[in-house]
Parts: sequence; C-alpha cells; structure tokens
Amino acid sequence: MTPEDVVARLRSGMTIGIGGWGSRRKPMALVRALLRSPVTDLTVISYGGPDVGLLAAAGRIRKLVAPFATLDSIPLEPHFRAARQAGAFELMEVDEAMFMWGLHAAANRLPFLPVRAGIGSDVMRVNPALRTVTSPYEDGETFVAMPALRMDAALVHLNRADRLGNGQYLGPDPYFDDLFCEAADSAYVSCERIVDGFGATVPQSLLVKRYAVTGVVESPNGAHFTSCVPDYGRDEPFQKLYASTPWPEFAERFLSGPDEKSYQSAVQSWHEEQK
Amino acid sequence: MTTSTVRVSRAEYCVIACAEAWRDNGEVLASPMGLIPSVGARLARRTFSPDLLLTDGEAMLVGLDGEPEGWLPYRQHLAMVTGGRRHVMMGASQIDRFGNQNISCIGDWKQPARQLLGVRGAPVNTLNNPVSYWVPKHSTRVFVPKVDLISGVGYDSAAAAGPSATRYHRIPRVVSDLGVFDFATPDHSMRVVSLHPGVTVDQVREATAFDLSGLDEPAYTRAPTPEELRLIREVIDPDDLRDREVRP
Repeated sequence: MTPEDVVARLRSGMTIGIGGWGSRRKPMALVRALLRSPVTDLTVISYGGPDVGLLAAAGRIRKLVAPFATLDSIPLEPHFRAARQAGAFELMEVDEAMFMWGLHAAANRLPFLPVRAGIGSDVMRVNPALRTVTSPYEDGETFVAMPALRMDAALVHLNRADRLGNGQYLGPDPYFDDLFCEAADSAYVSCERIVDGFGATVPQSLLVKRYAVTGVVESPNGAHFTSCVPDYGRDEPFQKLYASTPWPEFAERFLSGPDEKSYQSAVQSWHEEQK
Repeated sequence: MTTSTVRVSRAEYCVIACAEAWRDNGEVLASPMGLIPSVGARLARRTFSPDLLLTDGEAMLVGLDGEPEGWLPYRQHLAMVTGGRRHVMMGASQIDRFGNQNISCIGDWKQPARQLLGVRGAPVNTLNNPVSYWVPKHSTRVFVPKVDLISGVGYDSAAAAGPSATRYHRIPRVVSDLGVFDFATPDHSMRVVSLHPGVTVDQVREATAFDLSGLDEPAYTRAPTPEELRLIREVIDPDDLRDREVRP
C-alpha cells in the first residue's frame, strides 16, 4: 500500500491510535498523508510527540487521549502547547501506566483493567467519567478501572515488515506498537523496508503479527524527523526547525507537496542549504 | 588534609544532597531526572550505594562505564515502577506543603495559561515507588500553597484517596538549590532537613509561599568528601555541566 491508500480507508470522526513514543519511531509518513487528506474530527490516542503536534496544528483533533506530548530533546511540543492554550480540543489526560493498561484492556477485549495510578491525583478530577473498582478479595483495595482504549485504526512504523504484515523492530525499544495493532479494528504498518521473510533473525524482534495488521506500507525514512534506530536517529536540526518555525511557513514549505516524496526532497534541500 | 581550604560550589552541595536520597536503597533502579540528580545517582552508585541500577535514559540498564548490563524498555520500566523497586527523582513545576507536585499545566486545566508536559508518569510513580523531587531554582513560583494540577500525589491527597493510595506512597526528600526538605512531621507537611552552606533562613522563607517547619535551627548540608569531590569533578561531570543547572 501507499500512505494515500491507508488514509483513503480512514474517515473523519474516527478514533486513531498512533504508535511510537514522544519523538521516537512515529509513523510520520502516515501522519503526513493524513494531513494531505480531508480526514478530520479525530480522536487521537498517543504517547504524544510531533504526530500530535502536526495534527493539532492542522486542526484535525477533536479529542486527544495522552499522558504527555513531547519532542524529547525539546521537552515541550509547541503546537500541542498552542492548541491546548487555545482550548482547541478535548483532552483525556491520563498517566503513562494507565494509558498502557488501557491498551492492554483493548487488546484483551476487556472493558477495563485495574491500575494503582490515578487515584489521589487530578487525573480523576479532570476525567470525571473515570471510575474506580474495589478488589473482591480480602485486601479490599480500590483501584482505577482504566477503560479500554479501543480504536478504529492504528498507525505504527517499524524497521522491517513482510508483505503479510509481520513486523520487526530493530532498535532498543518496541514501545507499544504491538498493543496498538491489537487494540484496533484495523492496523497499518509502515516500515523502512519490506523484506521477503526474516530468515535467521532474532525471533524476539518480531513484534507485530500479521493477524493484527490490515496493510503494509514501505516508506523509507518514514519516521522522519523522529528517531528510527538503528536505521537512523532523530533529525535534531530539522526538529528544531519544526519547533521554531511558524506553522503556516513550515506547512507551506514541507507539507504542501502532493506526496511523501515531495516532503522528503523538501527536507533534503533544506539540509543542503544548511551546509 | 587540605579539604578545609577547598571551595565546594552550590551545585556540588546539590549533587551530594541528591546522592544522599539513594543511600541505603539497596538494589533498586535510581531514576534521576535532571542533570544534578543524574550526577548524584552516579556518585551514590560509585560510593555508598553500589547495588543501584542505572539506565542510559532509554531502554538499557548500564554499568558505570556505560556498558549495557540489562534491558528495560518502557513497558518493563512501567512494570518495575509498580513493583516498587525504583526510586525516582522527578522535577516539579509546582510543589506544595504536602508534596503535591505539578508538571502538567499552569492555570485552568480546561484551557491552561501555560501547557507543560502533561502528567506523564507522576501518578503511577507516586503511588508505587519512592519519589523525591529536584528543584534547581527554589522560588515562590515553584513552592506554592496549592498546585494547579496534582500530577504527583502528596501526603494529604493520598490520605484522602484511601489505603490503596497510601500503601506504597512515600516522598523521601525534596532537594532544591537552597536546601533539603522532607515530610517527616506529624501531619506530613514539609520541613527543612538542611540548608546548603551559604543559604540563610530568610532566603528560604522568602522563596517559599507556605510555612516550613524546622527553620528555627536548621542543619547544614554535609560537605562532599575529598574522594566524592574528585569523582564529581574529574570522573562524573568533568565538563562542569552541573554549574549550568545551578550557578556556582
């Protein structure tokens, strides 16, 4: 598939999960394809990074479910920040572990999972729909009943995949991409390179299973400007540019082209100008 | 001995105060956030707390030479938090008298005046493993009567939420550029443990927007030993990055 093929299957108003973490291995080519499409009014579920920033700047988010949004080397995501300060979308702000249990619940087709995080904090105040659950055993403890974060579609980016949808990560951290795929009705994997099988690979690196994947996109440099180690690290100068350039100017120069290829060549010419 | 003539910088007292947070912690993960806590954790591991685990800031557990000794991706890190074998030192944009901490946003949550990080892992950290705090610039903007959004749970909030919130809740210490503080009072309100040498009682009082106990006869933060000073200056932070976080 192409990024355009993936986005053609998405609809306005959908709940979309986005894999990776912060500014790490985000399916940025798929997010850029979303930006080129008219799809909007999204509920986005993400350990937020520039994926959230780009969609927020373009006004595509109706509701965000996240424990944070960060660019990692730049702690505050500027477009997420601006959108929040403008009251531009609804937010379900939860703790990192609550978020993880919400993914697990969805992947396991459970309505919730209990988690010892959230009670006592203002996560409960700002999310009045959150409920607690009491242990039926002798301890009688009370926990947050973290609701399943079920999604219509998940977008993730991996280092390698085969055409069937088996996906492999080669960096130090799988993040939660397998859970995103299992928590979604349909899941799309973009990858640096499509391979014809994995041969004598380390089996533990085969993170995503084809039964949980709807479509595969080969998109080299498709996580740019986030990191996708060991294929490449974060493009720090470009991320700095993203964070410091007014949105219309950035969007005009890098995101107004017809496809991913035009983005990649715009980035390349910018880098050449910097030399 | 020439130690009495060696000048110890404020940042170096802060390093010692942070390192002391991990004394007698045993075989747990030290999770420092911020440069000075990071120097402190490495100092503790090199000296009085050799069993501490450290990460490379990403997915690897590493030894003092930076060589990997184990794997700790985020999902296992979050499990380790709930298992309790970790002592994190987080930052705080705001902290109040009972240890409630805010890193999420300033102002009304619905439409904040300043959006910060979000709650991140502060709720799960504070309910499951010891959480200390590091504040590089002690001021009334940080040490506030009431935080705008409770990200890290304080003693009063944990008590109000019940036994499953208090069961593993503990805030061992708060370290700032002015001193060391804890909550070892009958009502778990903040008190002074020590001031860094050169800091006055009035300075702390003026920089804190609530009443602190223990200000009458404060102790002073201990000086680093010659060996600790050598490790800080020559081994752990030879480029003096600590002076950028806290002015010498």
